[in-house]
Amino acid sequence: MAAAATVETAALTGALWGLVQDFVMGQQEGPADQVAADVKSGSYTVLQVVEALGSSLENPEPRTRARGIQLLSQVLLQCHSLLLEKEVVHLILFYENRLKDHHLVIPSVLQGLRALSLCVALPSGLAVSVLKAIFQEVHVQSLPQVDRHTVYSIITNFMQTREEGPFVEELFEVTSCYFPIDFTPPPNDPHGIQREDLILSLRAVLASTPRFAEFLLPLLIEKVDSEILSAKLDSLQTLNACCAGYGQKELKDFLPSLWSSIRREVFQTASERVEAEGLAALHSLTACLSRSVLRADAEDLLDSFLSNILQDCRHHLCEPDMKLVWPSAKLLQAAAGASARAYDHITSNVLPLLLEQFHKHSQSNQRRTILEMILGFLKLQQKWSYEDKDQRPLSGFKDQLCSLVFMALTDPSTQLQLVGIRTLTVLGAQPDLLSSGDLELAVGHLYRLSFLEEDSQSCRVAALEASGTLATLYPVAFSSYLVPKLAEELHIGESDLTRGDGPTKCSRHLCCMQALSAVSTHPSIVKETLPLLLQHLWQVNKGNMVAQSSEVIAVCQSLQQVAEKCQQDLESCWYFHQTAIPCLLALAVQASMPEKEPSVLRKVLLEDDVLAAMVSVIGTATTHLSPELAAQSVACIVPLFLDGNVSFLPENSFPSRFQPFQDGPSGQRRLVALLMAFVCSLPRNVEIPQLNQLMRELLELSCCQSCPFSSTAAAKCFAGLLNKHPAGQQLDEFLQLAGDKMEAGLGSGPYRSQAFTLLLWVTKALVLRYHPLSSCLTARLMGLLSDPELGPAAADGFSLLMSDCTDVLTRAGHAEVRIMFRQRFFTDNVPTLVQGFHAAPQDVKPNYLKGLSHVLNRLPKPVLLPELPTLLSLLLEALSCPDSVVQLSTLSCLQPLLLEAPQVMSLHVDTLVTKFLNLSSSPSMAVRIAALQCMHALTRLPTPVLLPYKPQVIRALAKPLDDKKRLVRKEAVSARGEWFLLGSPGS
Amino acid sequence: MMGGGGVGGGLLENANPLIYERSGERPVTAGEEDEQVPDSIDAREIFDLIRSINDPEHPLTLEELNVVEQVRVQVSDPESTVAVAFTPTIPHCSMATLIGLSIKVKLLRSLPQRFKMDVHITPGTHASEHAVNKQLADKERVAAALENTHLLEVVNQCLSARS
Repeated sequence: MAAAATVETAALTGALWGLVQDFVMGQQEGPADQVAADVKSGSYTVLQVVEALGSSLENPEPRTRARGIQLLSQVLLQCHSLLLEKEVVHLILFYENRLKDHHLVIPSVLQGLRALSLCVALPSGLAVSVLKAIFQEVHVQSLPQVDRHTVYSIITNFMQTREEGPFVEELFEVTSCYFPIDFTPPPNDPHGIQREDLILSLRAVLASTPRFAEFLLPLLIEKVDSEILSAKLDSLQTLNACCAGYGQKELKDFLPSLWSSIRREVFQTASERVEAEGLAALHSLTACLSRSVLRADAEDLLDSFLSNILQDCRHHLCEPDMKLVWPSAKLLQAAAGASARAYDHITSNVLPLLLEQFHKHSQSNQRRTILEMILGFLKLQQKWSYEDKDQRPLSGFKDQLCSLVFMALTDPSTQLQLVGIRTLTVLGAQPDLLSSGDLELAVGHLYRLSFLEEDSQSCRVAALEASGTLATLYPVAFSSYLVPKLAEELHIGESDLTRGDGPTKCSRHLCCMQALSAVSTHPSIVKETLPLLLQHLWQVNKGNMVAQSSEVIAVCQSLQQVAEKCQQDLESCWYFHQTAIPCLLALAVQASMPEKEPSVLRKVLLEDDVLAAMVSVIGTATTHLSPELAAQSVACIVPLFLDGNVSFLPENSFPSRFQPFQDGPSGQRRLVALLMAFVCSLPRNVEIPQLNQLMRELLELSCCQSCPFSSTAAAKCFAGLLNKHPAGQQLDEFLQLAGDKMEAGLGSGPYRSQAFTLLLWVTKALVLRYHPLSSCLTARLMGLLSDPELGPAAADGFSLLMSDCTDVLTRAGHAEVRIMFRQRFFTDNVPTLVQGFHAAPQDVKPNYLKGLSHVLNRLPKPVLLPELPTLLSLLLEALSCPDSVVQLSTLSCLQPLLLEAPQVMSLHVDTLVTKFLNLSSSPSMAVRIAALQCMHALTRLPTPVLLPYKPQVIRALAKPLDDKKRLVRKEAVSARGEWFLLGSPGS
Repeated sequence: MMGGGGVGGGLLENANPLIYERSGERPVTAGEEDEQVPDSIDAREIFDLIRSINDPEHPLTLEELNVVEQVRVQVSDPESTVAVAFTPTIPHCSMATLIGLSIKVKLLRSLPQRFKMDVHITPGTHASEHAVNKQLADKERVAAALENTHLLEVVNQCLSARS
């Protein structure tokens, strides 16, 4: 037994020895990983590896010694976590000693030390010893880049866990000499190191310890004060990073200089980035001072620091026309945003001043600047919660702030009103700040602003938004002061409509409905607003009003907004669903009944766009239902459509039966769109009663010839249900049925185009869920591209396949939509499309190009770019296609390609210049714009390639400078400007 | 005569100018997106052409230095005329001619040929207003200036997009 073990050990050691020889003498790289793996698996210890290396470590040839140490270092890099403390001590002693060796050996020694610096078992004191040895034996600054990087890694590793005690200054010297990083990666750099990587690593080292502060802060100040933009940015960002680990002690001596540098940058800078970084650094400095724990006898630096800031900034706030107003406000806000204490200090000084300034200045634009500053300070308050109401710094200013806001809201200047509205919202968001009297006044203002005329739309929209936000917080105030007024207004509107009054009343009416939906942000308010809107819809439909489709659509849009607001609250969601949907269905069913004397009014509800508006209300009110409640609803709605069961509808005495799937009046068939909206929005696990029958009826109707609206709705509904149906026998049956129906229709005959629409929607339903049959259907669709009759429609069909629908097959409506379906469709089908294009007869080629264009258009550009070079010849051909959809898509594919792959594109410069210039006078504005953008992008090609074309292009681009459309001229100007600069001095 | 000499290197004449806010991008209107509606060339459009020209001395645009303002642009699209007045930051600014030249070149490159353009100093804002205006109005001098490689280089720098 023991003998066997010894033999085994001997065999292993023999193997190890062989591996070592292969690596050291044989110059093979593989064995290092093998040895490391064996050490990890416990086959032998690190000590045994050292023993096996023995002779190579003492070899007189430095290259051999280097190789030996390299092997050990590589093993340690992989196995450092297994080392015991004792082993670490020995290894470190060994490595420190090796630092004295030949310079060829040093890189491997440093690698080993890096491995050891990662050891958890490193005894205290050894880090110092290692660093001491490195700085003593090696001149780090003159090492090659890779090795310097190793030294920094060692330092960083020690910094994270260990002491660096006596070497702070040396450490700082060797690291900081690279600050700020100025590095451009060489072309074809195999390491792929980016400038940003170096900046971040160096910053991590510099900011790793507060002990660097006394050396680092003066350096940062010096670099902020330099003229170089990147140095300023890097220094401010590094300062920002340092503040995370610093305290009062480190900052104390440098605060005045830091402040004056930051202030200068923010006051004078031409760069928004420097300004932003300056403000961020000030924020961090203030936060750092705020959180420092003070000794009893120490001075609180925060107060003096803030007083300095105030002293330098506050007088600028009193000059609202002057350029330093905003920089000062931003500085004060950056500091105030850092802590509750800083906020109190600054606002208690600044707010009274600004309030006074507001009254001192009488011009609207000055007042607006002042109010905007106040708003900035108020917003910051939301960052902190105050336990005690009286401690809140705003309480004392509440009355003054309110009266100022109300002045702003009644000012003639829209701009000032807008700021007033935003300020009101922020004040309202402070818990318990506004009194009920303030709220009544505020609501009164919002009511008035909700009816502003056309020319102050922005204000009206802002007021509606503010009402919505405030209504969630103060539902009672809005229920008691606003909703009754709106109800009354709507009622007056109704009687005005009856008299057929002018458009002003009508628009007032619209405003009223929008206001009602805007405040429906609280469940209790919805219970008041929804009945008002529905009642209004009944009134419109009663026949005693001059109903226009726009009026009905407007009500539906308001309902839709209410439905959206109800989605998040289960109870409101059900309330809305249960109240609105039966009502809408009842109205629609009523309208679809055959009548003796046809009335114009009733038919409004059956118009395409009115039904579309109802579809989106029903969809929105259904997607968020819980499965249990949805099941209740589906048990009523499906029987309504299949069996004409109207019992759940309000006011359900109709003159005849409702049979949308029978040969009833055509109006009834149109309502299948409403059924679609409902069943296609249900959660996937809701079982649909009589599904088999429903699917067959839908399929039948989808190929019905009398009305395209109904047949399309039926096809969409069928596809929507198909998409969600679980795989299995029933699904296969539905697919079989659909397949038969489509093939029968597509062959030839009266319902070819209906069968095509069905094919399109079923294909989409399957493509979205990666169903295996989808490729077959897509192939069928591609086959139709060369169909003389359906070809163009098939080409446009690709747009439908690739785009997102709004009513069915949506993610929101729980459809199965795989996220990568477009990419997959692209990969699966583009080669076939390209092939089809080449094989197709001349007259149908554009169909292929157009189909392809739709696919390319919808694909994210980053995904598309690597594929484009293979499509290049086709794209160049497509530039000559007369179809503007193809032109536009081709140009938008070529433009990024010009930027990304100028070398490849220069081969085609002649074609590109000619075609782009041709297209820059296309009748379509979008094509002209895209062509000029491509002309601009062409300037990225190598200048020598372009120069021969320069005079011709500059002449040709003079023409679009006089285009009738401004957007085209803008592109022409920038393209021509760039062409002028080509090969010209100074560019 | 068209001195562009002192650029770079030496001391700035006006080291600490007032800086004005940049106006944002012109918002696109529904009319501008409608294929059928022609949009005439207006003062804002001309201003947008020249506002981002770089100052030869500062890393700032003419707009930020308030050298050009929309109110000082007069344009008539039907009559094909443009007049731009610019205001040097200080009355002795030696860069005035160069700034005027940059504006002129930018307009020449960006406007349809039918336009007659007049670039001049805002009255009363520069010591050698008259002389500068005369040079800018002289087509031959402008053409000759652009033959000068050094001047063309500076003008091109002023007209290059800021990175």
